[in-house]
Amino acid sequence: MMEPGLNHVLFISTALFFIGVFGFLTRRNLITMLMSIELVLNSVNINFVAFNKYLWPHKLDGLFFSIFVIAIAAAEAAVAIAIIINLYRSHQSIDVENTEDLKF
Amino acid sequence: MSGSTIIFYLLSILTLVSGILSVTTRKIFRAAIFLLFSLIGIAGLYFWMQYEFIAAVQIIVYVGGITVLIIFSIFLTQQAGELLPQQNKKRVLFSLLAAFSGFGLTLLQIIQHSFNKTLESPILPTMENIGNQMLGIDDNGFSLPFELVSILLLAAMIGCIVIALRSKPTTV
Amino acid sequence: MNEFLQIKLLGIFSLGMDLGWALLMIPLLPLIGFLLLGLFGRKYMKQSAGIFATLLLSVSAFLSLHTAYGYFFKYGKLEGVYQKIIPVQFTWLQFSPGVSIDLGILLDPISVMMLVVVTFISLMVHIYSLAYMKGEERFPTYYSFLGLFTFSMLGLVMSSNIFQLYIFWELVGVSSFLLIGYYYDRPSAVAACKKAFIITRFADLGFLIGILILSFYSGTLDFNTLIEKLTSIESTEFKSIASASFIGISALTWALVLVFIGGAGKSALFPLHVWLPDAMEGPTPVSALIHAATMVVAGVFLVARLFPIFSMSEAALNVVSIIGITSALFAAVIACTQTDIKRVLAYSTMSQIGFMMFSLGVSGQGGESGLGFTAAMFHLFTHALFKALLFLGAGSVIHFIHSNEMKDMGGLRKYLPITHITFLIACLAISGVPPFAGFFSKEEILLAAYHHNMTIYWIALATSGLTSFYMFRLYFSIFWNKEYIAHGEAHGEGGFLMMTPLIMLSIGAAAAGFIPFGEYVSADGKLLESAFHLQFSIAPVVLVLAGIFTAMWMYKKQSNRPDTIAYSLNSFYKLAFHKFYIDEFYFFITKKVLFNLVGRPAAWFDKNVVNGLINAIGNCTIFLSEKVKGFQSGKVQQYAIYFLAGVIGLAVLFIYIWK
Repeated sequence: MMEPGLNHVLFISTALFFIGVFGFLTRRNLITMLMSIELVLNSVNINFVAFNKYLWPHKLDGLFFSIFVIAIAAAEAAVAIAIIINLYRSHQSIDVENTEDLKF
Repeated sequence: MSGSTIIFYLLSILTLVSGILSVTTRKIFRAAIFLLFSLIGIAGLYFWMQYEFIAAVQIIVYVGGITVLIIFSIFLTQQAGELLPQQNKKRVLFSLLAAFSGFGLTLLQIIQHSFNKTLESPILPTMENIGNQMLGIDDNGFSLPFELVSILLLAAMIGCIVIALRSKPTTV
Repeated sequence: MNEFLQIKLLGIFSLGMDLGWALLMIPLLPLIGFLLLGLFGRKYMKQSAGIFATLLLSVSAFLSLHTAYGYFFKYGKLEGVYQKIIPVQFTWLQFSPGVSIDLGILLDPISVMMLVVVTFISLMVHIYSLAYMKGEERFPTYYSFLGLFTFSMLGLVMSSNIFQLYIFWELVGVSSFLLIGYYYDRPSAVAACKKAFIITRFADLGFLIGILILSFYSGTLDFNTLIEKLTSIESTEFKSIASASFIGISALTWALVLVFIGGAGKSALFPLHVWLPDAMEGPTPVSALIHAATMVVAGVFLVARLFPIFSMSEAALNVVSIIGITSALFAAVIACTQTDIKRVLAYSTMSQIGFMMFSLGVSGQGGESGLGFTAAMFHLFTHALFKALLFLGAGSVIHFIHSNEMKDMGGLRKYLPITHITFLIACLAISGVPPFAGFFSKEEILLAAYHHNMTIYWIALATSGLTSFYMFRLYFSIFWNKEYIAHGEAHGEGGFLMMTPLIMLSIGAAAAGFIPFGEYVSADGKLLESAFHLQFSIAPVVLVLAGIFTAMWMYKKQSNRPDTIAYSLNSFYKLAFHKFYIDEFYFFITKKVLFNLVGRPAAWFDKNVVNGLINAIGNCTIFLSEKVKGFQSGKVQQYAIYFLAGVIGLAVLFIYIWK
């Protein structure tokens, strides 16, 4: 087996990204959809760090990008939870099939 | 086969398997826990890539913060016990199709592309370097995004409180 | 010819520039009456509408008489021949260098005569209606329609261009429609005015095609030029129109017969006569003006106007005379059986117009053989006088007893003395008893027929006998027969406004016969000696007197003689009473054949195929939009999957296909 290089890490991040996308499209519960989104964001983080380490080690831009992504993802998760709680209060369920009010 | 290779493969297996289980399991609490393991695996990957700072931030914020938040919300919406309903097969099939085709496409691009390494001397991601650059105001400084993110966090906090606030009954 | 016209025009302008203006005023005054009364009458002129219109028309009548006096006695004649003068002309629509629709005034003997007739009779009707239509809700509207009609008829007789005549022809039809349907809340009146308009419009199609054929071959629409080009045998236009033929009949004959069809529709000749009896639904003064004296003679006027061209085609003249004599006999037979007095008078009109028409048909171009033309015009003149008198008298009777039927009348001579005397004078005139007007005009017609075609002469003689019979049947049934029982309050005879026209018209009916018409009106403009043959007149007068005495024997006293005779003639009587079922025949054609076989499939096609196509396009749009609407389902995951699919698609596109 060869030494794991950039391509291997990118493989991991791609796989995680599409696992997250699959979960977002398939899950019926709002909270599980949120969890899939977190997986997607994390895969992006891995990407940034990997490129920073293997292609541009003289700069730290990828690292900082990941820090900020983590911060923003945390804020977004908090807001999403608040929305879900609000929705639960009005619809009494967090099944995504019950949130079809904005249709034709 | 060196130890770092084996560790890498173990960590990646942990991450991916937990991820898959997290999106397919029918019990919501278990999904949260599998997410937790996946996030820990990712932190491990950061450790393996020798970017310890990010690994620490990952564990503190994601594992310790967001996962706990998610579990809280599961409790608040009384979802802990029941089985999650299943999606209809057609939707699952199409999603699988879309995900796999996207995966294949991206992988093709990655394999075909030749990534060129730079020849300059690397900077070590030590705390000192990170700190200097984060609050630096020269060309490589990130103090502006730093300030903006703090404002964003403030706004997010206020926003969450306002959205989740139970509306007071109007007093005559 | 043209040089004479030029000199004439200059000469007239030296007489006074205002000849053109005077002539223009004659039709324009009634038009002004129509416009003002139509726009403002209902609100502002409720009481004064009649007086206003009558004043306008009396000025018009005076100007017509002045023109007639000037034309016949002063400037009309040149070397013993009456000229066709065009004092006013301007080009309106130019289609090509030769063909243009001009608007102009043509003065010649028949148009000047018609000016006098139309304005005089119209004036009488205006005065009469002041009393007859008093108290009507839409009094001003009535006078505005009368003004429109007078304007149209005057324009028709003064037209110098055949298309201008057609325009006024249609206007006359419209005025007739408006006046017949004056009582629009009566369904029978509405049906009658529609019928009149549709039948005359249908006949006008023939007229239009005839105009087009004539103008195509001669390259002009102007009357003088038309006649000039098509009456000389050597001209190229005449050769081309006479040689072109369709189904073996030359184009000239086709054009003339088609034009005659238009005239036959307007003049209610067989078989386009069915609208005239129904037109009696209009007010009686309207019947007097339009359907007795002026509009219905428009067809005769048209044939007279185009007479030089008609005389170039023997076949067309034959058609004219055959239709004329057939209508005359047909109408006379039906009139013997009708019980509504206005309908008897309507059929009598149709019969007399038939006389005029066949008289034109047997006429030659000039000299002795041109007697038919002069006789027809003379009869038109006298017929206008006594037929208007008959209708106005009938109006007086109807005004008194409020009913049209003969069975409600009888013994009215005590109650309506003036009406009685004038009606008697009119009946004597129409029957052709000397010395009243109808005798002279009918003599000339019979003489013309005698010299040309013996069959027509015998039939015409028999028809004159029938005429006197049915007219006196009418007279005796109204004024003698039984005693009149007055229901409720009997108001007297109409006031002096109704009696004055009657008296004036009766003077005309009595004295007009003595006018030496041949001096003024003839086919070629030259003098025609009116020969009075005593021996010739014996047979007609004897026949007429026989008719009168038969009618007296049957109707003077109440008896069952009419019924027994009707019973003995049984089926023939029934046929005549039902007007030979012509109306039913037309109904059959239109309802069973046209509506069912043509109308229904056309309607089906229109509703299902044409509409269906449009509906299908609409339905397609609805279907597609429903499908597109489904995209916005409110399901977030569905949106996400479309998004993802789009992104992957675009990625493939950009990476592999568009490098």
